[in-house]
Amino acid sequence: MKRRELLANVLGPTMPAEKADELKPKKSGPRAGYFPNFLLRTHEGKEVRFYDDLIHGKHVVINFFYADCQGLCPPATANLIKVQEMLKDRIGKDIFFYTITLRPEQDTPKALNDYVRMHGTKPGWIYLTGRPADIEVLRQKLGFTDPDPVLDKDKTSHIGNIRIGNELTDVWMSYPVLAKPKHLVKRILWLETPKDYLADKGRVPKAKSPGEKQ
Amino acid sequence: MAYISKRNRRREKERRNATKNRRELIEAGFTRRDLMKMGLIGATGMLLPIKGLSARARDPYGRRPLDDPESPPTTPWLEEMPRLQVAQPVVLSPAPQRVANTAAGEAPRADHQRWDEFVARFGAAVTYENVAAQTSGHILHPELPTQTLFSYNGQVPGPLFHSFYGQRTIVRFRNNLPLIGFDGFGRGEISTHLHNGHTASESDGFPADFYAAPKYKDHHYPNIRAGYDQFPDTAGDHRETLNTLWYHDHRLDFTAQNTYKGLAGMYTLFDELDNNDETSPPPAFGLPSGEFDVNIVFQDRVFDEDNGRLFFDKFNDDGILGDKFLANGKIQPFFRVRPRKYRLRLLNAGPSRFYQFFVRDKTTNSDIPFAVIANDGNLLPAPVLNQTSVRIAVAERIDIVIDFAGRAGHNIILQNRLEQEDGRGPTGDILSPSEAMENIKFKVELPLESPDPSRIPAAFRPNPPLEEVAVQRTWRFDRSGGNWTINNQIFDEDVIRATVVQGTAERWVLQNNSGGWEHPVHIHFEEFQILTRNGNLPPPVERGRKDVARLGRNETIRLFMRFRDFVGRYPMHCHNTIHEDHAMMLRWDIVHP
Repeated sequence: MKRRELLANVLGPTMPAEKADELKPKKSGPRAGYFPNFLLRTHEGKEVRFYDDLIHGKHVVINFFYADCQGLCPPATANLIKVQEMLKDRIGKDIFFYTITLRPEQDTPKALNDYVRMHGTKPGWIYLTGRPADIEVLRQKLGFTDPDPVLDKDKTSHIGNIRIGNELTDVWMSYPVLAKPKHLVKRILWLETPKDYLADKGRVPKAKSPGEKQ
Repeated sequence: MAYISKRNRRREKERRNATKNRRELIEAGFTRRDLMKMGLIGATGMLLPIKGLSARARDPYGRRPLDDPESPPTTPWLEEMPRLQVAQPVVLSPAPQRVANTAAGEAPRADHQRWDEFVARFGAAVTYENVAAQTSGHILHPELPTQTLFSYNGQVPGPLFHSFYGQRTIVRFRNNLPLIGFDGFGRGEISTHLHNGHTASESDGFPADFYAAPKYKDHHYPNIRAGYDQFPDTAGDHRETLNTLWYHDHRLDFTAQNTYKGLAGMYTLFDELDNNDETSPPPAFGLPSGEFDVNIVFQDRVFDEDNGRLFFDKFNDDGILGDKFLANGKIQPFFRVRPRKYRLRLLNAGPSRFYQFFVRDKTTNSDIPFAVIANDGNLLPAPVLNQTSVRIAVAERIDIVIDFAGRAGHNIILQNRLEQEDGRGPTGDILSPSEAMENIKFKVELPLESPDPSRIPAAFRPNPPLEEVAVQRTWRFDRSGGNWTINNQIFDEDVIRATVVQGTAERWVLQNNSGGWEHPVHIHFEEFQILTRNGNLPPPVERGRKDVARLGRNETIRLFMRFRDFVGRYPMHCHNTIHEDHAMMLRWDIVHP
């Protein structure tokens, strides 16, 4: 078998080179190989790269919603606005809030902007839309899924969590979005980068043989 | 190779294909540089996860496959299963005291309840120090790189405590952990729970009572039986005797990560009948003891396919299944035994897998029968003889007595035949012996040096009697918005969901309304008796006292509980540690009458 044939056989249809390049993060970090670098649009119409611009090295809070949602989303938004108020001016500065639409077909940047204005979200909190296939990948990557395929498809019963993460330390957790705001704030602050983290990070833990007393 | 499920069998095939393809590429003369140019290999020299080359393939957009990550292959039965090392007492300085010694670095806690009373009656405690630290060099399998884990006194699992009724135990849990664990999982704050201990709240490891390094906390285990006040002469009701306990970290929201990373160990309580001496005459039980009393901690884990390091999926909120099966910290070890009876204390230390264990004699193609003697560490009223399998949910303990006599040289494998494909719980299907997951190989190759003096008595202790209850509470375990709730609420450590009066008894009804999910429900502090499971008597192996109720799909379990001897706050929670960390927990308090 020729090498080229062998490769085609192994790889199947390959994606166009430009697409692969575009998805490759320019920055490196613990989650650069995990999150694709999709092009998304903010509610202000800005183009952003998911990994490079939104995740890399940042302390983030991420949830999913859609503008027409009549169930979980209105109370979730109201709750997160309280959280935003409690975190004062830190949002957009050293803690980043991202809300990603589950219905990118309808939720254009303008629709998102209308939603932001209607709910009184303060600056620093970014609403995001993008290609439906890309949004679906992000939803799965971020763990907003249900193992029951029927429930997973039903957007009206979507996962009511926030994902809190810190890409620098690579610590991630999730928590119910409708919890009391003080409990949400507490957890967001748990994931701050510890003061001595960068200094300590290179320190290799001391080797111990099993059973050796500390 | 141990198969896990139909889906895993498919993955197994994909992985073999991927290996074959990689080999073909190399044989066809592609160099590393070629592969790098073609974008098939990363700068680190790792093959990129491309379908056909890696079993962890994603589609061109990096879509997360439905399948869980997959560990590198390992050869079974290479290393011997270690025995848990019995903890050695040390003199603590400064000495433990009733009030938290915050000046010396003890974490804040409520005062030890009944301290002076217990000191006066039982005298000085046997004291230990157990240091939680991040340590490297752990060998879980010789074909994997050494691992950096969270350990107790450098051990994973932690040391085994041997305690005796009538003797107080104090364990100083010192925290030397970094706040953020290696590879970004494991949270270096601890609150240690002695699972099933009849322990006052301040020593029970309440999830919100965690503390960071370099603080310590003295946990006081008075080793009294429940009913201390009702049975003052015997220091509690002898029918409430506990034997096989375990301890683990319980840090709020991070219990799954911390226990996965290593913070778990076992604790055995002996008494005058189950006395660690198989030669004692009746009324002692004469159960296999010493060398023949073996604690086994079962855990399942995943290792990164590329770098071989312990892997924790931080984006899986359903429950984590490992494809590597550990016993006492080793992947698929062998264990050499003598042709005689053994007591095996089996613990499912999670995070999310249920087991149905069989002991398969492959030489005779039959399952070896055994006696189930204890459930959740409590000896049953009578042993349940001639069982060929036993199911164990997360956190449950089952003690069995198995006899290897007459099987010298046989090929004997402890198998798990319970199919489970995700964190929802087992599918309910039992796999055939040939497709079972395999945990331990028993090699009956040590000689019998003296006749086996151990016995399985016809009966142990009866259950404590039931009584009329004034209060019944119903707890519905549910799923809502991708989270788990109890009576539609998530955990809030500040909210008391039930206030129970000390000295009373209640009936608690556990209902599973969560659709396709199973929940091993654990109630701290006092054991319960299962009155009914779906309206019927529970099976014989569940007719003792328990602390974990395996709540299957759409099931209702009615429990009888007493609340005695101490006051304070305790949790009830699902012990699928992922569910627990996603708030399927509540706080209940015991108050003075």
